[in-house]
Amino acid sequence: MKDTKVIELEEVTIRFSGDSGDGMQLTGTLFSDATALFGNDISTFPDYPSEIRAPQGTVGGVSGFQVQFGHKEINTPGDDAHVLIAMNPAAVKANARFIRPGGTIIYDVDSFNQKNLDKAKFSTNDPFVELKLEDFTKIPVPITSLTRESLKDFGMDNKSVLRSKNMFALGLICWMFDRPMDYIENFISTKFAKKPVVVESNLKVLHSGYNYGMNMQHMTPRYLVDAAAIAKGTYRNINGNQATAWGFLAAAEKAGLDLFLGSYPITPATDVLTALAARRDLGVKTFQAEDEIAGICTALGAAFAGDLAVTSTSGPGLALKSEAIGLAVMAELPLVVVNVQRGGPSTGLPTKTEQSDLLQALYGRNGESPVVVLAASTPSDCFYYAYLSCKIALERMVPVILLTDGFLGNGSEPWRIPAMAELPKITPRIAKDSSKFKAYRRDVDTLAREWAFPGMEGFQHRIGGLEKNEEGTVNHDPENHQRNCEIREAKVQKVVEMLPELDVFGDTDGGDVLVVSWGGTFGHTVSAVREMRKEGKNVSLAHFNFIKPLPANTREVFSKFKTIVVCELNLGQFAAYLRDQVPGFEYRQVNKLKGLPFTITELKENVEKLLED
Amino acid sequence: MMTELSYTIKDFKSENEVRWCPGCGDYAIMNAVQKTMADMNVPHEQFAVISGIGCSSRFPYYMSTFGFHSIHGRATAVASGVKSANPDLNVWVITGDGDSMAIGGNHFIHLVRRNIDLNVILFNNKIYGLTKGQYSPTTDRGFVTKTSPFGTIEDSFIPGQLVLGSGGTFFARAVDSNVKHNQQVFAEAAKHKGTSIVEVLQNCVIFNDGIHEQIADPKHRAERQLFLEHGKPMIFGQENEKGLVLENGRLKVVPIGENGITEADILVHDATETDPSIHLQLIRMTLPDFPIAMGVIRSVEALVYDQELRKQIETVSAKRKVNNMDELLRSGNTWEVNEPTSSDPVPFFQKKCPIIKA
Repeated sequence: MKDTKVIELEEVTIRFSGDSGDGMQLTGTLFSDATALFGNDISTFPDYPSEIRAPQGTVGGVSGFQVQFGHKEINTPGDDAHVLIAMNPAAVKANARFIRPGGTIIYDVDSFNQKNLDKAKFSTNDPFVELKLEDFTKIPVPITSLTRESLKDFGMDNKSVLRSKNMFALGLICWMFDRPMDYIENFISTKFAKKPVVVESNLKVLHSGYNYGMNMQHMTPRYLVDAAAIAKGTYRNINGNQATAWGFLAAAEKAGLDLFLGSYPITPATDVLTALAARRDLGVKTFQAEDEIAGICTALGAAFAGDLAVTSTSGPGLALKSEAIGLAVMAELPLVVVNVQRGGPSTGLPTKTEQSDLLQALYGRNGESPVVVLAASTPSDCFYYAYLSCKIALERMVPVILLTDGFLGNGSEPWRIPAMAELPKITPRIAKDSSKFKAYRRDVDTLAREWAFPGMEGFQHRIGGLEKNEEGTVNHDPENHQRNCEIREAKVQKVVEMLPELDVFGDTDGGDVLVVSWGGTFGHTVSAVREMRKEGKNVSLAHFNFIKPLPANTREVFSKFKTIVVCELNLGQFAAYLRDQVPGFEYRQVNKLKGLPFTITELKENVEKLLED
Repeated sequence: MMTELSYTIKDFKSENEVRWCPGCGDYAIMNAVQKTMADMNVPHEQFAVISGIGCSSRFPYYMSTFGFHSIHGRATAVASGVKSANPDLNVWVITGDGDSMAIGGNHFIHLVRRNIDLNVILFNNKIYGLTKGQYSPTTDRGFVTKTSPFGTIEDSFIPGQLVLGSGGTFFARAVDSNVKHNQQVFAEAAKHKGTSIVEVLQNCVIFNDGIHEQIADPKHRAERQLFLEHGKPMIFGQENEKGLVLENGRLKVVPIGENGITEADILVHDATETDPSIHLQLIRMTLPDFPIAMGVIRSVEALVYDQELRKQIETVSAKRKVNNMDELLRSGNTWEVNEPTSSDPVPFFQKKCPIIKA
């Protein structure tokens, strides 16, 4: 082993990339899971095209999967990759700008032929020079021919053989990063249990890749990343959409209610529906509706009938649901709407992440239509914010919009599994005394009404979208309308009593610069602030999970800092909201709209530039 | 056994003043619905009445049952959620031709396709009344309204045809003023397991007065309406002197007692026939060549969505491997962290939301 170049790192970022049919998402997921099981903290980011199969070999058809892992806490999937695995020239072209200076590119040399260079629109025969990648370590590996060679006795057709290429790459990377392969082997054996040939061929190629690394160790550097030191407990890997789905399920169990999800498939939110559709065993009623509107309307019907009602969607779907959200506001039914945000407007960038639905969530309805708006900040904490959304909806009889995004929804990280006993109680406001019941009689403190549903004897009442009086009877009196509009707004504002104060990471007593972020950018902003602080800069972070209402101490926190910089993946929606809600401060902005998360480097550069001004 | 509930029509009226125009057909329909409910022997609190937007959709406010006046076109979707959430409820949908055929057309056909056990009363007055007289999807071609001053240039939906096209299991038709017949039809709709669509030809006295008069006029009722009964020959006329026969696959009106035709030759109505072809012809019959088919045209048995959902949950739960959230969270690939350097875990809400206590 003395020839092996061993590099010890705190954290490593790897990017798998190939044609969208090359199985890169599976390869990346298997590697990430094996890595998490090994004890590293990880964060992943799938980056795939919206076309299921864009033309093979073209840059548009490149599918990527990035994972960062390390032996300390990992908050992001990493800015730039230490190692890029590229299955064809298009993959190199698509990912050149995501490779760390001096990084390593492992590529399938067999695929670097004229045909593929043309498809990727290279104008010369040397793609690496053309992309100015001369200074990177490039390791050509004949992945296609070695895969073919290792399967020559299997009697498989060429297409099936080529489908195993990704396993060769996976085996090689497992060797480079010293990953045990038993998890991957088990996965393959279970997944293809009914097709022994597929199991054997994939395992064969996986081992060929691993052995290739071992045999060629003089040319492939080896990286050591020790296990991370984290809290005790039982862990699992979880992505944001699954965490969201399970958060709803946990809330239903805690509240003693059935869970109903009305939903229409939409990228990147569909996996919430998928995860809950699988849970008939726990009594979940999923209703795949004919459209987004029916998704929320069936959920509203279920809320009227006494279920914990949820609807899941992404930006364009939220637009379609607007009118029915207004009905939930007016009827004052408990309802949770989760919006897994994607690039907009219109169809926009369906598979890419963005934070541009903030103002839609806050204001995108007719009339004065206040709802509670929360935002999750990491893949795993989607579980807790989904849970909290349900608690607020059920205890305050109010619709709640939970904002996540494509980055959180598809990204995954290891998560310490909580015990249900750790989670706070949920007490739905189910009416008990029919002699005192009125549809819109309110708790004097919270302004929440009581919840009575069909089947409850003596509680018969009518609700609807028209303005009403306390009994629920239609009422067009001007004074009554003004009073009710104010009550509905005040009811949402009073939710602040359930919420924690805003935390400051860094100088809690104040300082020069306060970076402000919200929702899914947390991993990147906290990492950038951490690095800047390490470099001795006076920078702190305030990250928001509660948008409406804002935490009670927001103004107090802001007043302790000289400069406030709001960083978000839109053109300044949260900054605009803060200018309106917390006036009197100058809010500077860092904005990005590329369908991609921030990188730590660009955040640092932008904040530092603002400091120099 | 269940005790007999002795409700009367009054038990289903709310204290709210009914505000339809004087002479509106809606009054008669509501009376028929209330009478039907009173006779159903279903506990009052099990009823839920869901509506969309339109004159008829004010209906829930005038009922003493649970009610939800929702938004335009969405009553069928809201009611689908109500019934799926709790299949034990007796759920009625009140909708109009604009609400269910135009803005809510998509939800309407998908409700019918799923066969959720709802009773839908479709008030068809062929006009938008609440917005004061614009043409609707059931308005006849060429009809002059405020938004078609030169006559419409589009064909109308035939609601029953849409029901059949969506795989519907129950379709009936009635005239608003014929309260007794309405009650019979509503009772049949309520009994049917699955989506029951009842089209009531309703008269809007203000914006489309007399639109159904040709059909509805009691003087000509026997001539112009064919009251269908399952298992009975399709006979009509003042003296029951006419009937329907099938000739080359097409329905045809024939005089009984002429050309050797006797009652035995008349086609017997089979509402339970799954093949929709004769039902379609009955639905499409128009004056003056045919009478208008009234009563239960189609009533076939099929799997019911809300029952299937409940059954699937029961079947899958019976064989489940995880019994609760704690088990689900720990299912699949998990691993233990218990290094000497590991810290003790702090529950999320204690760390992030300390004011919320577990």
